[in-house]
Amino acid sequence: MVPITLQVNGQEVKAEIAIHERLLDFLRNELKLLGAKEGCGHGECGTCTVIMDGQVVNSCLILAVQAHGANITTIEGLGNTEELHPLQESFIEHGAVQCGYCTPGMILSAKNLLDKNPHPTRKEIQRSISGNLCRCTGYQKIVEAIEAVAEGRKGR
Amino acid sequence: MSKVTGRARFADDLSFHGMLFASTVYSQHPHARIKKVDMSKAMDIPEVLAVITPDDVPGSNGVMRGFLVLAGEKVKYVGDGVALVVAKSETAARKGRDAVVVDYEPLPPVLSIDDALKSGASLVHEDKEDNIISKSRYQLKKGDLERGFAEADFIVERTYETQFVAHAYIEPEVVIAVPDFNQEFMTIYGSIQNPFSARAAVAAALGWSVGQVKIVQNAVGGTFGGKDECAILNACRAAIASIKTHRPVKLSLSREESMVEGPKRHPYRFNFKVGVKKDGSILAMKSELIAQGGAYNNKAQFTNWRASIHATGPYNIPNIETRVFGVYTNTIYGGAMRGFSSPQCIFAQESLMDEIAQELDMDPLELRRKNALSPGHTLPDGQLLGEGGLPAPLPDIIDNTARKFKYSKPAQPQEGSVKKGIGIACGFRGAGLGAEAGADATGAIVTVQSDGSITIVSGLTDNGQGLKVAFSQIVAEVLGVSLDRIVYPTTDTSIIPDGGPTVASRGVMIGGRAMEKAALEVKKKILVVAGEILQLDPEKLTIENEEIFSPDNPEKRVSYMDVVSRAYATGQMLAALSWFSTGVPEFDYETGQGKSYPTYSWGMVITEVEVDTETGLVKVNRALSTHDVGTAINPAAIKGQVYGGYVMGQGMAVLEDIEQANGFVKSKNFDEYLIPTAMDIPDIDVLIVETGDTYGPFGGKSVGEPGTEMAAASVANAIAQATGRRIRNLPCNLERVFLGYNLTRQGTAR
Ligand code: FES
Ligand code: FES
Repeated sequence: MVPITLQVNGQEVKAEIAIHERLLDFLRNELKLLGAKEGCGHGECGTCTVIMDGQVVNSCLILAVQAHGANITTIEGLGNTEELHPLQESFIEHGAVQCGYCTPGMILSAKNLLDKNPHPTRKEIQRSISGNLCRCTGYQKIVEAIEAVAEGRKGR
Repeated sequence: MSKVTGRARFADDLSFHGMLFASTVYSQHPHARIKKVDMSKAMDIPEVLAVITPDDVPGSNGVMRGFLVLAGEKVKYVGDGVALVVAKSETAARKGRDAVVVDYEPLPPVLSIDDALKSGASLVHEDKEDNIISKSRYQLKKGDLERGFAEADFIVERTYETQFVAHAYIEPEVVIAVPDFNQEFMTIYGSIQNPFSARAAVAAALGWSVGQVKIVQNAVGGTFGGKDECAILNACRAAIASIKTHRPVKLSLSREESMVEGPKRHPYRFNFKVGVKKDGSILAMKSELIAQGGAYNNKAQFTNWRASIHATGPYNIPNIETRVFGVYTNTIYGGAMRGFSSPQCIFAQESLMDEIAQELDMDPLELRRKNALSPGHTLPDGQLLGEGGLPAPLPDIIDNTARKFKYSKPAQPQEGSVKKGIGIACGFRGAGLGAEAGADATGAIVTVQSDGSITIVSGLTDNGQGLKVAFSQIVAEVLGVSLDRIVYPTTDTSIIPDGGPTVASRGVMIGGRAMEKAALEVKKKILVVAGEILQLDPEKLTIENEEIFSPDNPEKRVSYMDVVSRAYATGQMLAALSWFSTGVPEFDYETGQGKSYPTYSWGMVITEVEVDTETGLVKVNRALSTHDVGTAINPAAIKGQVYGGYVMGQGMAVLEDIEQANGFVKSKNFDEYLIPTAMDIPDIDVLIVETGDTYGPFGGKSVGEPGTEMAAASVANAIAQATGRRIRNLPCNLERVFLGYNLTRQGTAR
């Protein structure tokens, strides 16, 4: 067991963890942040996406110890029940959510893109979510939802 | 909304007090006798509490037409479960699984359709006479085939084949069994497509009655027909483990386990012989279809029946003979997947149409226009189209789709190595289950609560395809109340009678009709109470914007809430359980003639691709997908279904294939089994056609399956147009597209 300290959604977290514990399991099992999901366990599907120090990462590929000292944002860190994040609102409005399993990861990848590049092209949007698989929507409405936020059609 | 905040709870997000974890020991061979299972090493692991084998199954080890909860005597494919390890943690369960030693005596495996049919082939199921799936044979006969061939100017014969395709829902299967020993009751939470089938199987495996088992659906991360046999077997295993340990048990499949154990889209082989006249009219078509069923079968009798009706496409062919059957093999097995045999049929059928057009030197669009089923024609099953019969919009669909897409064949030959191609596919689809399962029926409950909210329960489940919204809209519309009043809890098998599976796009059509009926009954009750208050004849009243009044005397009105309060104060029930059934259809299974389906939906897809002939890379540029939806209840949701469906079909056309070697699955995760990403998608446009069909609620027909079934065919045809070479077996992956570079245009890439 090793001690780690990190920031998760703006709050400091201290924990003792097993050296082999994946960040995904740490978030889900210890912190009960269940928005990140395991779809493949191999860095292929993006359902476990979180933002770590301004980078989109697959939390199934990262050990929790590697997150020591890091600043992590999960889907739970976006918006709240009173007020949704513009991307969350836009996903609902554009019908970009079907089963919803890919949605947290999609939104985080999109957020990270817009944080860095507020006015991306359609291609850039597509590229930013190309590590997030979705089997339901055919991506089109997801891309439209992100575009709408980028173009300021959703209050940002 | 909870889905965008990460707060939606999927099965893997649930945990229960004292919950244990289980892991299945899978077969190491495609076909082998089990000689011995040694679990001692697994039991030595401190956190492992139990190892379960077929001997521990209290009820029936065989469920769902021959599937086994756990294989005891022999394994028939690499996804067979041999034992189940139950432990205090997931890690320990997996460690335990790896420590179970199974001794096998390998048997020669049956790996293909040809293997299965060879004389002297080993038997996948030793209790059967051969490897043919019983009850999977169907035939359709119309007209006089031999005369049709005799009158034809020439004959075209072709063979096409399709592959095993994975549903690739992003959430792998997860089930949790939670026992209640005070009353011998078991609750199963899980990602399960068909709660009622699951309940029946779990009850059988436990040796309990169905009423003692309750299936509660959570948010389901996609299913497309697939969270069925495998999810249900795992539910049975978890339930048995929980009986044995007296604790809740979770079984959560890894992606690899899901890929190996779970059902897939059936591969089909199509042998066609067609008689054609010089003017392009198709006089006769003989088709033989063979489905590769894999190790177990629960669905081929249904997919094959559907195939027998649709195999010759939406064309006016006077003389038809179609035969279809399925075979067992020691491989992964086929189940239900979005389209239910139609994407395979349409790929073959529409490739064939293009090849006939090529023989005739005719534009593929014109050939389809010439043969399209039109008013006055009869369907393959003999049902009349047009006046006095069913709607027949295909000729208009062809014209309008071509016009909107600005269809024209790219000039040939094209300069450079990157070549453009445009591919067409037309389709028709029998709505609902049809005569496949006798009567098609389901129920709905609508209850007005004392606070004015309205709880609706359907026998069918929302698996992410939007039934919740559609059902809510239907009820709000009928009752004239705000959509916000509708509450739609997830399906619970203990509160509504068995409404059959949510398959075959039955959702809106059958489920919606039941919902509409229940809402109408509740409306009647509301009007009776309102009549008492207003002192008016309830028959004359109507509800609009939550106010009840008589159109003759609109001054006198009462609010919906006042009616609800009075109903509760005076002890009147504002609820209804309604049942909608299509009745048992008249259908002759010997000839395939009769009322196969109550109605059909029609469509067409045009796709433009660019093929890099030096690499084999296919880029899908744009597509137009046209669908007859009866009446469009929710156009935005229709488009969402079509986009998703198209991209799934595109994956089937160019990427997806479960690679197997000697019965072992090689593509187990998304690094080897590729599905389309956001970078691959074309510009998709959807054209919605309304035929005013009265069949569904408010005339709506489902679009979930039509949205996917024509896409692969259109992409494959576009590739053939671009390269001048026909690939007759899917997928048209890099290798097949590229390796055919030097072949003649008739060449096949096997
Ligand atoms: S679970 Fe991490 S990428 Fe799929
Ligand atoms: S909405 Fe189902 S996987 Fe994306």
